[in-house]
Amino acid sequence: MLTKVEKQLVRELQEGLPLVSRPFLAIAEKLNISEEEVLVRVKEFIERGIIRRFGAAVRHQDIGYVANAMVVWPVPEEKARETGQVMASFPEVTHCYQRPRVRGWPYTLFTVLHGQKEEQCREIAARLSMATGITGYRVLFSTAELKKSSMKYFLEEK
Amino acid sequence: MLDEMDRRLLNVVQTSLPVVAEPYRELAGALDTTEEDIIARLQRLRQAGIIRQLGAIFDSRQMGYKGTLCALKVSPEQIGEVAVLVNSFPGVTHNYLRDHEYNMWFTVLAESQDKLDEIVQEIKGRTGIEDCLLLPAVNVFKIKVNFDLGEE
Repeated sequence: MLTKVEKQLVRELQEGLPLVSRPFLAIAEKLNISEEEVLVRVKEFIERGIIRRFGAAVRHQDIGYVANAMVVWPVPEEKARETGQVMASFPEVTHCYQRPRVRGWPYTLFTVLHGQKEEQCREIAARLSMATGITGYRVLFSTAELKKSSMKYFLEEK
Repeated sequence: MLDEMDRRLLNVVQTSLPVVAEPYRELAGALDTTEEDIIARLQRLRQAGIIRQLGAIFDSRQMGYKGTLCALKVSPEQIGEVAVLVNSFPGVTHNYLRDHEYNMWFTVLAESQDKLDEIVQEIKGRTGIEDCLLLPAVNVFKIKVNFDLGEE
C-alpha cells in the first residue's frame, strides 16, 4: 500500500508534470519536501512499477491512427500464455490481455489493434490468426468513443 | 498541424521523459533546440489535447486498484441515457460503442473489489440491463501506447 506522502505525490503527478523549468521543484514546494526527494520517489515509483511509464500519453486519432479494433479470440486455457506472447510481439498490437471465460462469451484473449484504416486492422487480425493458428475470432470496431479519460487516483482522501 | 519538431518531440516524449531536475532542458539538448521551445510546444500539444497526459502514467494494479472490462447489451434507444450514467463514474476511464450485440464496452477501476462490484451493481440496477459481461484481465501480455509519428 501507499503511504500518505506517496498518495499526495500521486495526486500531484496525475495533474500532469508542470511545464516550468524545474517541474519537480514545483511539485516539491506543494508537498513541502525537497526537489531531490521528489526525484528519488518518482524513480522509486518507476522501479516498483507504480509508474508504468514516465512520458507522454498521446491521442492516437490525432496522429492518423483512426481505426481501433478489439479482436477477440477463443483460445483454450492451456494455450493462452503462448498465444498471448506471440500476439503481443506484433508491433500493431497495442494491448493484449487474457480474460476469463464467461457464460455466453467464448473469447478469452483480447487484442487491441490501431490502424490507419479498418481494412488494415482486418489484415493484421488475419496475420495474427496465421501466426497462432487461432481461428473463429471476431473483429469489433469502435463506432463511437463515449469516454476516454485519465484515471484520477486517491481523490476522496484529500 | 504538427511540424517536424512536434513529431520528433512526440516520438521522444512518448517513450520517456527524463527524471532529472530540468527535464525540458535535457530534451532540448537531445532535439537541438531551446528549453523555452520545448515547453511552448508541450504546452500547445497539451492544450490541443494531442498530449492527454504528461509525466507519470500509473499502473492501477500496482496501487491496489481493481478493474474490469464490462460489456453491455444496450438497446439503440437507451444508448444515450446509459452512456451518461456509465460515464458519470470517475472510475470509468474508457467507453466505446462497438459493432456487436454487446455494443457498449467500458473499463472500470475502483479502490477495492467491493467498490468495483458496487459500481457494476449500480449500473445494472439503474439501467435495468442484466446482460453484462464482466471480463477482468487475468494476464496482461502487452500495454503499449507509443505510436510512431514518422518524420515527414
